[in-house]
Amino acid sequence: MADPTTIQRPDTAQSEPREFLARKSRWKRFLSPLPILTGFLAACVVAMLVIILWNVIAGGIGRLTWEFLSGAPTHGMAEGGIFPAIFGTVFLVILMTIAVIPLGVATAVYLRYYARPDAWFSRAVRVAVNNLAGVPAIVFGLFGLGFFIQFVGKGIDNTFFGGTLTFGQPAIIWASLTLALLTLPVVIVATEEAMRSLPNDYLEASYALGATRWQTISRVVIPNSMTGILTGGILAVSRGAGEVAPIMFTGAAYFLPYLPKKLNDQFMELGYHVYVMSTQSPDVEATLPVLYSTVLVLLLLTFALNALAVLIRYRLRGRQAV
Amino acid sequence: MPIHDSPVTRQRPSYGLRAKDRRRDTIMKYVITASAFGAIAVIVLIFVFIGREALPVITSAEVHEEVTLKGMVTPVEWRATKPKTYIWQPVSEVPKYSLFPLLLGSLKATFVAILFATPFAVGAAMYSSEFAPRRAREIIKPVIEMLAGIPSVVLGFFALIVMAGWLKDAFDWKYRLNATSAGIALGIAVIPIIFTVAEEALRAVPRQYREAALALGASPWQIARRIVLPAAAPGIFAAVALGFGRAIGETMIVLMASGNAATWTLPLTDSVRTMSATVAAEMAEVVNGSAHYHVLFFIGALLFILTFLINLVGELYVGRLKRRLTGSAG
Repeated sequence: MADPTTIQRPDTAQSEPREFLARKSRWKRFLSPLPILTGFLAACVVAMLVIILWNVIAGGIGRLTWEFLSGAPTHGMAEGGIFPAIFGTVFLVILMTIAVIPLGVATAVYLRYYARPDAWFSRAVRVAVNNLAGVPAIVFGLFGLGFFIQFVGKGIDNTFFGGTLTFGQPAIIWASLTLALLTLPVVIVATEEAMRSLPNDYLEASYALGATRWQTISRVVIPNSMTGILTGGILAVSRGAGEVAPIMFTGAAYFLPYLPKKLNDQFMELGYHVYVMSTQSPDVEATLPVLYSTVLVLLLLTFALNALAVLIRYRLRGRQAV
Repeated sequence: MPIHDSPVTRQRPSYGLRAKDRRRDTIMKYVITASAFGAIAVIVLIFVFIGREALPVITSAEVHEEVTLKGMVTPVEWRATKPKTYIWQPVSEVPKYSLFPLLLGSLKATFVAILFATPFAVGAAMYSSEFAPRRAREIIKPVIEMLAGIPSVVLGFFALIVMAGWLKDAFDWKYRLNATSAGIALGIAVIPIIFTVAEEALRAVPRQYREAALALGASPWQIARRIVLPAAAPGIFAAVALGFGRAIGETMIVLMASGNAATWTLPLTDSVRTMSATVAAEMAEVVNGSAHYHVLFFIGALLFILTFLINLVGELYVGRLKRRLTGSAG
């Protein structure tokens, strides 16, 4: 506690200036408006979360049964389960992960181990990544429609299928690729953070053994950054599973009697299902119980994924400290 | 020395013992550089492909038969008896494509959102960085992260099914779904980003500033108000700007809770239709390649440019803050 640089006060054992001052003006600090006001505002933010969570949990917990999770919607979505939506969401995020992880990790590797940080190209990559994170989700949806469906999909149809409509329409592959672009910054940032915590000694040891840069990256850097890459992937999945705007016109369907099997099938998705049930349902009152439970499932899914990512990151930080 | 400046991590000759390894090293260098180029390519492609579908609004004679750029910004005739006004009514005998009701709708909802979110987010950030005991901070941080993790469709659901009813009963509004109810839900969605950026800015204020003020006998709240807040001001401005950018592009909440009526009126308790919600609601039903289709892309392009500029301003101010604080702290 005793800091040799501060002047010792003979009448106090603690010489920390902050504490001395705090004691002198305790009543004043207690009555001063700013800590109370800001504390109150912070409490309000906490209250907002509690109210939302409480509402969703109280409204949705009753129906959360195995039948609900494993059945298909019936009676105009007022009865039955949400299995097709869960299946579609999982299928969607798996495809998305396959696309986003290699691209995100490679970009992070480039920024950390290849680019000179002050070079214009690496600065441009950074600016692009930052801006990508700020592009509205609905713009990604438009891009998915304009680029993947109208340009790439139609191009594939014309080249390989003789103009028959196969890939030039909304499909799970286009929705997942759109989401992959949306979540790219998440993966890049998480991977870079993990690589930053990697001790330089590892690289030096690898180079000293005569390894090339690529050998070092593929056998030392990436295996040792696996937790960070995993965190990025999980955060990306959590983000992707909750986004509705980008998939609205790139592949999500109101209702399908079958599950998606091919890459060019349409699919049902949890978030989109929530949107459809709350706005397009002919009888909102009747679908309300199912709607609440669907929201709860979606919320539990994203929170569980986020919690997992936090846990892994916590372990990563532990390693860094050692 | 920061690790990325280390000569070891980069810029080394290929020590590979075998020619095969050296060759593979060179190939992978290009593959990885190409991937990084992908991030730039995506931004450019977004610009190009949204522009490609939006451009016919300006160039195509076919589209001009239905709508011109001028028609989107000048008042149109609604009924012969009434004065000309701004109307968004793309599906009708005479389609009307005034952009102003949508722009006003976006601005109204975003205005409410920022007005609602800023005090809570900046206040909580200030509490967390200046006054909070450690235990309180350990509650606030995860709460903000959880708030950020709530999918926007869930907030939209909450605003539509639950909150709009409460607010209507409490304030006796004419319309249950309106700019204010959507704006408040939108505000909850942007609290995390404003909080995070603002808190980072407050924390970036060097300790020496606080210690100097403390030595002069200032109380903690005097320090917060007279020293920390002014020093972090550009960062807090950046936080609000980034929150604004997020709010104006946010789609699901306004699509579900704003009422979606394209009104050209000022009261914040009227229903509104925002730019983002218009695109989301109408794109699914529109005929590919029609004038309406191109106009929706045009709105998307406007949204893209708008958020791009706002985010740029935000980042500029974050950078300015960092330079200012590190520069003067020496």
